[in-house]
Amino acid sequence: MTRLPVPAVSLLGLLLLWTAAAALTADPSILPQPWALAGPAWAEIVSGRLPFHLGHTLVRVAWAFALAMAAGTVLGFVMGRYETVNRWLDPWLVVFLNLPALVLIVLCYLWIGLNETAAIAAVTLNKVPNVTAVIREGVRSFSGDLDAMATVFRMPFRRRLRHVLLPQLAPYLSAAARSGVAVIWKIVLVVEFLGRSNGIGFQIHLYFQLFDVARVLVYALSFVAVMLAVEWAVLQPWERRARRWRTA
Amino acid sequence: MIEVDIRGKSFGGTQVLGPLSFRIAPGEVLAVLGPSGIGKSTLLKIVAGLDTLFEGRVARPQRLAMVFQEPTLLPWRSALQNLTLVHPGLGRAGAEEMLEQVGLAGKGEAFPGQLSLGQQRRLALARAFAGQPELLVLDEPFVSLDAELAETMLALTEALIARVKPSVLLVTHARAEAERLADRMLWLSGSPARLGAEP
Ligand SMILES: Nc1ncnc2c1ncn2[C@@H]1O[C@H](COP(=O)(O)OP(=O)(O)O)[C@@H](O)[C@H]1O
Repeated sequence: MTRLPVPAVSLLGLLLLWTAAAALTADPSILPQPWALAGPAWAEIVSGRLPFHLGHTLVRVAWAFALAMAAGTVLGFVMGRYETVNRWLDPWLVVFLNLPALVLIVLCYLWIGLNETAAIAAVTLNKVPNVTAVIREGVRSFSGDLDAMATVFRMPFRRRLRHVLLPQLAPYLSAAARSGVAVIWKIVLVVEFLGRSNGIGFQIHLYFQLFDVARVLVYALSFVAVMLAVEWAVLQPWERRARRWRTA
Repeated sequence: MIEVDIRGKSFGGTQVLGPLSFRIAPGEVLAVLGPSGIGKSTLLKIVAGLDTLFEGRVARPQRLAMVFQEPTLLPWRSALQNLTLVHPGLGRAGAEEMLEQVGLAGKGEAFPGQLSLGQQRRLALARAFAGQPELLVLDEPFVSLDAELAETMLALTEALIARVKPSVLLVTHARAEAERLADRMLWLSGSPARLGAEP
Protein backbone atom coordinates (compact mmCIF):
# COMPACT_ATOMS: atom_id res chain seq x y z
CA MET A 1 0.00 0.00 0.00
CA THR A 2 1.46 3.35 -1.00
CA ARG A 3 0.78 6.00 1.56
CA LEU A 4 0.20 9.46 0.19
CA PRO A 5 1.30 12.15 2.66
CA VAL A 6 -2.24 13.52 2.64
CA PRO A 7 -1.70 16.53 4.96
CA ALA A 8 1.26 17.73 2.86
CA VAL A 9 -0.60 17.31 -0.45
CA SER A 10 -3.68 19.00 0.97
CA LEU A 11 -1.62 21.99 2.20
CA LEU A 12 0.02 22.18 -1.21
CA GLY A 13 -3.44 22.49 -2.75
CA LEU A 14 -4.19 25.43 -0.48
CA LEU A 15 -0.94 27.06 -1.61
CA LEU A 16 -1.90 26.56 -5.27
CA LEU A 17 -5.30 28.13 -4.62
CA TRP A 18 -3.58 31.14 -3.05
CA THR A 19 -1.20 31.47 -6.01
CA ALA A 20 -4.11 31.38 -8.45
CA ALA A 21 -6.06 33.94 -6.43
CA ALA A 22 -3.04 36.24 -6.25
CA ALA A 23 -2.52 35.95 -9.99
CA LEU A 24 -6.16 36.85 -10.60
CA THR A 25 -6.01 39.76 -8.17
CA ALA A 26 -2.84 40.99 -9.81
CA ASP A 27 -2.27 43.52 -7.04
CA PRO A 28 0.47 42.56 -4.53
CA SER A 29 -0.74 45.20 -2.06
CA ILE A 30 -4.06 43.29 -1.73
CA LEU A 31 -2.90 39.68 -2.06
CA PRO A 32 0.82 39.05 -2.64
CA GLN A 33 2.07 35.78 -4.12
CA PRO A 34 3.16 33.25 -1.47
CA TRP A 35 6.82 33.56 -2.44
CA ALA A 36 6.63 37.35 -2.17
CA LEU A 37 6.32 36.84 1.62
CA ALA A 38 9.81 35.40 1.89
CA GLY A 39 11.50 38.81 1.85
CA PRO A 40 9.36 40.46 4.55
CA ALA A 41 9.39 37.23 6.62
CA TRP A 42 13.19 37.09 6.54
CA ALA A 43 13.43 40.76 7.48
CA GLU A 44 11.11 40.27 10.46
CA ILE A 45 13.06 37.23 11.62
CA VAL A 46 16.60 38.69 11.41
CA SER A 47 15.47 41.94 13.05
CA GLY A 48 14.31 39.76 15.96
CA ARG A 49 10.81 41.26 15.85
CA LEU A 50 9.00 38.08 14.81
CA PRO A 51 10.64 35.84 17.45
CA PHE A 52 10.02 38.51 20.10
CA HIS A 53 6.30 38.91 19.38
CA LEU A 54 5.77 35.22 18.70
CA GLY A 55 7.36 34.45 22.07
CA HIS A 56 5.02 36.81 23.92
CA THR A 57 1.97 35.35 22.22
CA LEU A 58 3.08 31.78 22.91
CA VAL A 59 3.57 32.51 26.62
CA ARG A 60 0.03 33.89 26.79
CA VAL A 61 -1.37 30.90 24.94
CA ALA A 62 0.47 28.52 27.24
CA TRP A 63 -0.75 30.24 30.40
CA ALA A 64 -4.35 30.52 29.26
CA PHE A 65 -4.34 26.94 28.00
CA ALA A 66 -2.94 25.52 31.24
CA LEU A 67 -5.28 27.55 33.43
CA ALA A 68 -8.37 26.83 31.34
CA MET A 69 -7.67 23.11 31.15
CA ALA A 70 -6.99 22.86 34.89
CA ALA A 71 -10.02 24.86 35.98
CA GLY A 72 -12.32 23.33 33.38
CA THR A 73 -11.27 19.77 34.23
CA VAL A 74 -11.83 20.23 37.96
CA LEU A 75 -15.18 21.97 37.42
CA GLY A 76 -16.34 19.46 34.83
CA PHE A 77 -15.31 16.59 37.11
CA VAL A 78 -17.24 17.95 40.08
CA MET A 79 -20.29 18.83 37.98
CA GLY A 80 -20.33 15.44 36.29
CA ARG A 81 -19.94 13.61 39.57
CA TYR A 82 -22.29 15.53 41.85
CA GLU A 83 -25.78 16.20 40.52
CA THR A 84 -26.53 18.89 43.15
CA VAL A 85 -23.47 20.92 42.23
CA ASN A 86 -24.40 20.51 38.59
CA ARG A 87 -27.94 21.79 39.14
CA TRP A 88 -26.57 24.94 40.75
CA LEU A 89 -23.71 25.61 38.37
CA ASP A 90 -25.31 24.60 35.09
CA PRO A 91 -27.16 27.91 34.53
CA TRP A 92 -23.85 29.76 35.05
CA LEU A 93 -22.23 27.51 32.51
CA VAL A 94 -24.94 28.30 29.98
CA VAL A 95 -24.50 32.04 30.59
CA PHE A 96 -20.72 31.90 30.19
CA LEU A 97 -20.89 29.60 27.16
CA ASN A 98 -23.03 32.18 25.42
CA LEU A 99 -21.15 35.30 26.46
CA PRO A 100 -19.35 36.69 23.39
CA ALA A 101 -15.57 36.54 23.69
CA LEU A 102 -15.31 40.25 22.95
CA VAL A 103 -17.52 41.16 25.91
CA LEU A 104 -15.37 39.18 28.33
CA ILE A 105 -12.19 40.72 26.92
CA VAL A 106 -13.47 44.28 27.19
CA LEU A 107 -14.80 43.71 30.70
CA CYS A 108 -11.52 42.17 31.87
CA TYR A 109 -9.57 45.14 30.53
CA LEU A 110 -12.03 47.56 32.15
CA TRP A 111 -12.07 45.82 35.52
CA ILE A 112 -8.53 44.51 35.86
CA GLY A 113 -6.69 47.10 33.77
CA LEU A 114 -4.74 47.03 30.53
CA ASN A 115 -2.24 44.49 31.76
CA GLU A 116 -1.01 40.94 31.34
CA THR A 117 -3.25 39.54 34.09
CA ALA A 118 -6.35 40.91 32.39
CA ALA A 119 -5.23 39.53 29.03
CA ILE A 120 -4.66 36.02 30.32
CA ALA A 121 -7.77 36.11 32.52
CA ALA A 122 -9.89 37.13 29.53
CA VAL A 123 -8.62 34.27 27.38
CA THR A 124 -8.91 31.74 30.20
CA LEU A 125 -12.47 32.76 31.07
CA ASN A 126 -13.43 32.40 27.44
CA LYS A 127 -12.23 28.82 27.35
CA VAL A 128 -13.13 27.40 30.79
CA PRO A 129 -16.88 26.88 30.12
CA ASN A 130 -16.15 24.89 27.01
CA VAL A 131 -13.61 22.61 28.71
CA THR A 132 -16.02 22.19 31.62
CA ALA A 133 -18.86 21.10 29.34
CA VAL A 134 -16.70 18.55 27.50
CA ILE A 135 -15.19 17.07 30.67
CA ARG A 136 -18.61 16.88 32.35
CA GLU A 137 -19.81 14.80 29.42
CA GLY A 138 -16.82 12.51 29.86
CA VAL A 139 -17.37 12.11 33.60
CA ARG A 140 -21.04 11.27 33.00
CA SER A 141 -19.99 8.46 30.69
CA PHE A 142 -17.88 6.80 33.41
CA SER A 143 -18.58 3.11 33.78
CA GLY A 144 -20.58 2.30 36.91
CA ASP A 145 -19.20 -1.23 36.87
CA LEU A 146 -15.59 -0.07 37.09
CA ASP A 147 -16.59 2.30 39.88
CA ALA A 148 -18.09 -0.61 41.78
CA MET A 149 -14.98 -2.68 41.14
CA ALA A 150 -12.69 0.05 42.47
CA THR A 151 -14.89 0.48 45.53
CA VAL A 152 -15.13 -3.23 46.39
CA PHE A 153 -11.39 -3.69 46.05
CA ARG A 154 -10.76 -0.46 48.00
CA MET A 155 -8.49 1.18 45.49
CA PRO A 156 -7.08 4.35 47.06
CA PHE A 157 -8.23 7.62 45.49
CA ARG A 158 -5.05 8.49 43.62
CA ARG A 159 -4.60 5.09 42.05
CA ARG A 160 -8.27 5.09 41.11
CA LEU A 161 -7.94 8.52 39.53
CA ARG A 162 -4.89 7.59 37.53
CA HIS A 163 -5.76 4.07 36.40
CA VAL A 164 -9.57 3.91 36.43
CA LEU A 165 -10.94 7.42 35.89
CA LEU A 166 -8.40 9.36 33.82
CA PRO A 167 -8.10 6.67 31.12
CA GLN A 168 -11.87 6.88 30.65
CA LEU A 169 -11.53 10.65 30.39
CA ALA A 170 -8.63 10.61 27.92
CA PRO A 171 -10.67 11.04 24.71
CA TYR A 172 -12.55 13.93 26.28
CA LEU A 173 -9.35 15.53 27.57
CA SER A 174 -7.82 15.40 24.12
CA ALA A 175 -10.98 16.78 22.50
CA ALA A 176 -10.97 19.64 25.02
CA ALA A 177 -7.25 20.25 24.54
CA ARG A 178 -7.53 20.26 20.78
CA SER A 179 -10.46 22.66 20.54
CA GLY A 180 -8.83 24.54 23.43
CA VAL A 181 -5.65 25.34 21.56
CA ALA A 182 -7.58 26.28 18.43
CA VAL A 183 -9.90 28.70 20.22
CA ILE A 184 -7.36 30.11 22.64
CA TRP A 185 -4.85 31.28 20.10
CA LYS A 186 -7.54 33.08 18.14
CA ILE A 187 -8.76 34.84 21.24
CA VAL A 188 -5.22 35.70 22.31
CA LEU A 189 -4.74 37.60 19.05
CA VAL A 190 -7.92 39.60 19.67
CA VAL A 191 -6.80 40.35 23.22
CA GLU A 192 -3.45 41.58 21.91
CA PHE A 193 -5.11 43.49 19.11
CA LEU A 194 -7.24 45.38 21.63
CA GLY A 195 -4.95 46.07 24.51
CA ARG A 196 -1.37 44.84 24.47
CA SER A 197 1.80 46.40 23.12
CA ASN A 198 3.44 43.19 21.95
CA GLY A 199 2.49 39.82 20.50
CA ILE A 200 1.31 38.65 17.10
CA GLY A 201 -2.07 40.35 17.53
CA PHE A 202 -0.39 43.68 18.25
CA GLN A 203 1.80 43.36 15.14
CA ILE A 204 -1.19 42.49 12.99
CA HIS A 205 -2.94 45.59 14.34
CA LEU A 206 0.12 47.66 13.46
CA TYR A 207 0.44 46.38 9.89
CA PHE A 208 -3.32 46.54 9.44
CA GLN A 209 -3.10 50.28 10.05
CA LEU A 210 -0.18 50.50 7.60
CA PHE A 211 -2.19 48.39 5.13
CA ASP A 212 0.77 46.01 4.79
CA VAL A 213 -0.97 42.77 3.77
CA ALA A 214 2.30 40.88 3.32
CA ARG A 215 3.40 41.43 6.92
CA VAL A 216 -0.08 40.69 8.30
CA LEU A 217 0.14 37.35 6.49
CA VAL A 218 3.71 36.72 7.66
CA TYR A 219 2.71 37.09 11.31
CA ALA A 220 -0.52 35.12 10.95
CA LEU A 221 1.17 32.27 9.10
CA SER A 222 4.11 32.05 11.46
CA PHE A 223 1.66 31.42 14.24
CA VAL A 224 -0.37 28.90 12.28
CA ALA A 225 2.89 27.04 11.60
CA VAL A 226 3.72 26.90 15.30
CA MET A 227 0.25 25.62 16.20
CA LEU A 228 0.41 22.92 13.51
CA ALA A 229 3.78 21.88 14.91
CA VAL A 230 2.24 21.59 18.38
CA GLU A 231 -0.60 19.49 16.98
CA TRP A 232 1.75 17.10 15.19
CA ALA A 233 4.60 17.01 17.68
CA VAL A 234 2.67 16.97 20.96
CA LEU A 235 -1.06 16.30 20.71
CA GLN A 236 -1.08 13.52 18.15
CA PRO A 237 1.74 11.45 19.69
CA TRP A 238 0.07 11.76 23.09
CA GLU A 239 -3.23 10.58 21.66
CA ARG A 240 -1.56 7.65 19.96
CA ARG A 241 -0.06 6.62 23.27
CA ALA A 242 -3.32 6.99 25.16
CA ARG A 243 -5.08 4.90 22.50
CA ARG A 244 -2.49 2.15 22.33
CA TRP A 245 -4.63 -0.36 24.23
CA ARG A 246 -7.44 -0.03 21.67
CA THR A 247 -5.31 -0.96 18.72
CA ALA A 248 -3.07 -3.56 20.39
CA MET B 1 -17.95 -13.88 60.56
CA ILE B 2 -20.20 -11.94 58.21
CA GLU B 3 -23.45 -10.69 59.71
CA VAL B 4 -26.15 -9.16 57.57
CA ASP B 5 -29.23 -7.66 59.18
CA ILE B 6 -31.39 -5.65 56.78
CA ARG B 7 -34.60 -4.17 58.12
CA GLY B 8 -35.65 -2.74 54.77
CA LYS B 9 -34.50 -1.42 51.42
CA SER B 10 -36.71 0.74 49.22
CA PHE B 11 -36.43 2.41 45.87
CA GLY B 12 -38.53 5.59 45.79
CA GLY B 13 -41.18 4.40 48.21
CA THR B 14 -41.37 0.81 46.95
CA GLN B 15 -39.87 -1.60 49.42
CA VAL B 16 -37.84 -4.21 47.54
CA LEU B 17 -36.22 -6.12 50.42
CA GLY B 18 -38.12 -6.94 53.57
CA PRO B 19 -36.54 -7.61 56.91
CA LEU B 20 -33.99 -10.35 56.44
CA SER B 21 -30.84 -11.47 58.17
CA PHE B 22 -28.24 -14.15 57.78
CA ARG B 23 -24.67 -15.01 58.71
CA ILE B 24 -21.85 -16.58 56.80
CA ALA B 25 -19.29 -18.49 58.83
CA PRO B 26 -15.59 -18.32 57.93
CA GLY B 27 -14.98 -20.55 54.92
CA GLU B 28 -18.68 -21.15 54.35
CA VAL B 29 -20.21 -20.87 50.88
CA LEU B 30 -23.76 -19.51 50.97
CA ALA B 31 -25.88 -19.38 47.84
CA VAL B 32 -28.86 -17.06 47.56
CA LEU B 33 -31.28 -18.08 44.82
CA GLY B 34 -34.31 -16.43 43.33
CA PRO B 35 -35.91 -15.44 40.04
CA SER B 36 -34.88 -12.38 38.07
CA GLY B 37 -36.07 -9.08 39.47
CA ILE B 38 -36.58 -10.39 43.01
CA GLY B 39 -33.81 -8.30 44.54
CA LYS B 40 -30.68 -10.43 44.37
CA SER B 41 -28.43 -7.72 42.97
CA THR B 42 -29.82 -5.24 45.45
CA LEU B 43 -28.97 -7.56 48.33
CA LEU B 44 -25.52 -8.17 46.96
CA LYS B 45 -24.72 -4.49 46.57
CA ILE B 46 -25.69 -3.92 50.19
CA VAL B 47 -23.52 -6.80 51.40
CA ALA B 48 -20.55 -5.62 49.30
CA GLY B 49 -20.89 -2.08 50.66
CA LEU B 50 -21.71 -0.58 47.26
CA ASP B 51 -25.14 0.54 48.44
CA THR B 52 -25.25 2.23 51.82
CA LEU B 53 -28.79 3.63 51.58
CA PHE B 54 -30.71 0.98 53.48
CA GLU B 55 -32.04 0.39 56.95
CA GLY B 56 -30.07 -2.12 58.91
CA ARG B 57 -26.54 -3.23 59.57
CA VAL B 58 -23.88 -5.27 57.81
CA ALA B 59 -20.69 -6.49 59.49
CA ARG B 60 -18.13 -7.47 56.89
CA PRO B 61 -14.40 -8.17 57.01
CA GLN B 62 -11.65 -5.91 55.68
CA ARG B 63 -10.56 -7.95 52.70
CA LEU B 64 -13.38 -8.09 50.20
CA ALA B 65 -13.48 -9.34 46.64
CA MET B 66 -16.15 -9.60 44.01
CA VAL B 67 -16.71 -11.31 40.69
CA PHE B 68 -19.17 -9.36 38.60
CA GLN B 69 -21.54 -10.57 35.88
CA GLU B 70 -19.13 -9.07 33.36
CA PRO B 71 -15.32 -9.34 33.66
CA THR B 72 -15.10 -5.60 34.59
CA LEU B 73 -11.39 -5.28 33.83
CA LEU B 74 -9.38 -2.15 33.09
CA PRO B 75 -9.13 -2.39 29.28
CA TRP B 76 -6.26 0.15 29.15
CA ARG B 77 -3.99 -1.83 31.48
CA SER B 78 -2.25 -5.13 30.87
CA ALA B 79 -3.48 -8.37 32.40
CA LEU B 80 -0.63 -8.22 34.90
CA GLN B 81 -1.40 -4.62 35.84
CA ASN B 82 -5.06 -5.53 36.27
CA LEU B 83 -3.86 -7.65 39.18
CA THR B 84 -1.09 -5.49 40.60
CA LEU B 85 -3.04 -2.21 40.51
CA VAL B 86 -5.81 -3.76 42.57
CA HIS B 87 -3.43 -5.72 44.82
CA PRO B 88 -0.13 -3.81 45.04
CA GLY B 89 1.14 -6.21 47.71
CA LEU B 90 1.11 -9.03 45.18
CA GLY B 91 4.21 -7.92 43.29
CA ARG B 92 5.10 -9.03 39.80
CA ALA B 93 6.02 -12.56 40.78
CA GLY B 94 2.85 -13.04 42.80
CA ALA B 95 0.73 -11.74 39.92
CA GLU B 96 2.40 -14.07 37.45
CA GLU B 97 1.88 -16.99 39.80
CA MET B 98 -1.81 -16.05 40.06
CA LEU B 99 -2.13 -15.87 36.26
CA GLU B 100 -0.64 -19.33 36.06
CA GLN B 101 -3.19 -20.68 38.54
CA VAL B 102 -6.05 -19.61 36.26
CA GLY B 103 -4.34 -20.86 33.11
CA LEU B 104 -3.15 -17.50 31.81
CA ALA B 105 0.59 -18.12 32.09
CA GLY B 106 2.50 -15.93 29.65
CA LYS B 107 -0.49 -13.65 29.00
CA GLY B 108 0.63 -10.99 31.49
CA GLU B 109 1.49 -8.35 28.91
CA ALA B 110 -1.74 -8.70 26.91
CA PHE B 111 -4.46 -6.08 27.19
CA PRO B 112 -7.91 -7.46 28.13
CA GLY B 113 -9.13 -6.71 24.58
CA GLN B 114 -6.57 -9.18 23.27
CA LEU B 115 -7.92 -11.98 25.46
CA SER B 116 -10.89 -14.19 24.63
CA LEU B 117 -14.01 -13.78 26.75
CA GLY B 118 -13.14 -16.96 28.65
CA GLN B 119 -9.65 -15.63 29.38
CA GLN B 120 -11.07 -12.31 30.55
CA ARG B 121 -13.30 -14.17 32.97
CA ARG B 122 -10.31 -16.15 34.27
CA LEU B 123 -8.47 -12.89 34.79
CA ALA B 124 -11.43 -11.54 36.77
CA LEU B 125 -11.32 -14.68 38.91
CA ALA B 126 -7.58 -14.29 39.43
CA ARG B 127 -8.14 -10.69 40.53
CA ALA B 128 -10.82 -11.77 43.01
CA PHE B 129 -8.70 -14.50 44.64
CA ALA B 130 -5.34 -12.72 44.48
CA GLY B 131 -6.08 -10.59 47.53
CA GLN B 132 -6.73 -13.64 49.75
CA PRO B 133 -10.25 -12.30 50.43
CA GLU B 134 -12.07 -13.05 53.66
CA LEU B 135 -15.38 -12.48 51.90
CA LEU B 136 -15.93 -13.20 48.23
CA VAL B 137 -19.11 -12.04 46.54
CA LEU B 138 -20.14 -13.72 43.29
CA ASP B 139 -22.81 -11.97 41.21
CA GLU B 140 -24.22 -14.56 38.78
CA PRO B 141 -20.65 -15.13 37.58
CA PHE B 142 -21.55 -17.85 35.07
CA VAL B 143 -24.60 -16.28 33.50
CA SER B 144 -24.35 -15.64 29.75
CA LEU B 145 -21.61 -18.28 29.30
CA ASP B 146 -22.05 -21.27 27.02
CA ALA B 147 -22.29 -24.63 28.79
CA GLU B 148 -18.70 -25.67 28.16
CA LEU B 149 -17.17 -22.40 29.35
CA ALA B 150 -19.51 -22.30 32.34
CA GLU B 151 -18.31 -25.77 33.34
CA THR B 152 -14.61 -24.81 33.09
CA MET B 153 -15.20 -21.63 35.09
CA LEU B 154 -17.19 -23.50 37.69
CA ALA B 155 -14.43 -26.07 38.16
CA LEU B 156 -11.81 -23.33 38.41
CA THR B 157 -13.86 -21.40 40.94
CA GLU B 158 -14.37 -24.55 42.98
CA ALA B 159 -10.63 -25.21 43.05
CA LEU B 160 -9.77 -21.65 44.02
CA ILE B 161 -12.36 -21.59 46.80
CA ALA B 162 -10.88 -24.83 48.15
CA ARG B 163 -7.41 -23.30 48.14
CA VAL B 164 -8.09 -19.78 49.46
CA LYS B 165 -11.06 -20.71 51.71
CA PRO B 166 -12.92 -17.39 51.82
CA SER B 167 -16.47 -16.97 53.04
CA VAL B 168 -18.53 -16.80 49.87
CA LEU B 169 -21.85 -15.24 49.02
CA LEU B 170 -23.04 -16.55 45.66
CA VAL B 171 -26.07 -15.01 44.07
CA THR B 172 -27.64 -16.88 41.17
CA HIS B 173 -30.86 -18.06 39.61
CA ALA B 174 -29.32 -21.35 38.47
CA ARG B 175 -29.83 -24.10 40.99
CA ALA B 176 -27.19 -26.43 39.52
CA GLU B 177 -24.43 -23.87 40.09
CA ALA B 178 -25.52 -23.29 43.64
CA GLU B 179 -25.66 -27.01 44.44
CA ARG B 180 -22.20 -27.51 43.06
CA LEU B 181 -20.52 -24.71 45.01
CA ALA B 182 -22.58 -24.01 48.11
CA ASP B 183 -22.61 -25.46 51.59
CA ARG B 184 -26.00 -23.87 52.24
CA MET B 185 -28.76 -22.41 50.05
CA LEU B 186 -31.36 -19.76 50.80
CA TRP B 187 -34.17 -18.48 48.60
CA LEU B 188 -35.41 -14.95 48.10
CA SER B 189 -39.14 -14.72 47.51
CA GLY B 190 -42.14 -12.48 47.95
CA SER B 191 -42.53 -8.74 47.74
CA PRO B 192 -40.80 -7.21 49.56
CA ALA B 193 -38.41 -10.14 49.29
CA ARG B 194 -37.51 -12.21 52.32
CA LEU B 195 -35.12 -15.10 52.79
CA GLY B 196 -36.21 -18.64 53.51
CA ALA B 197 -36.06 -22.29 52.60
CA GLU B 198 -37.02 -23.41 49.12
CA PRO B 199 -40.54 -22.11 48.43
N1 LIG C 1 -31.61 1.72 41.10
C1 LIG C 1 -32.88 1.26 41.16
N2 LIG C 1 -33.91 2.14 41.18
C2 LIG C 1 -35.19 1.70 41.25
N3 LIG C 1 -35.54 0.43 41.30
C3 LIG C 1 -34.58 -0.51 41.30
C4 LIG C 1 -33.19 -0.14 41.22
N4 LIG C 1 -32.45 -1.26 41.23
C5 LIG C 1 -33.33 -2.29 41.30
N5 LIG C 1 -34.59 -1.85 41.34
C6 LIG C 1 -35.80 -2.70 41.46
O1 LIG C 1 -35.61 -3.59 42.52
C7 LIG C 1 -36.08 -4.89 42.18
C8 LIG C 1 -34.98 -5.90 42.38
O2 LIG C 1 -33.97 -5.69 41.40
P1 LIG C 1 -32.62 -6.56 41.37
O3 LIG C 1 -32.00 -6.52 42.72
O4 LIG C 1 -31.82 -6.06 40.24
O5 LIG C 1 -33.17 -8.01 41.06
P2 LIG C 1 -32.34 -9.32 40.60
O6 LIG C 1 -30.91 -9.07 40.79
O7 LIG C 1 -32.87 -10.40 41.50
O8 LIG C 1 -32.73 -9.58 39.18
C9 LIG C 1 -36.59 -4.80 40.75
O9 LIG C 1 -38.00 -4.73 40.80
C10 LIG C 1 -36.00 -3.54 40.22
O10 LIG C 1 -36.92 -2.92 39.33
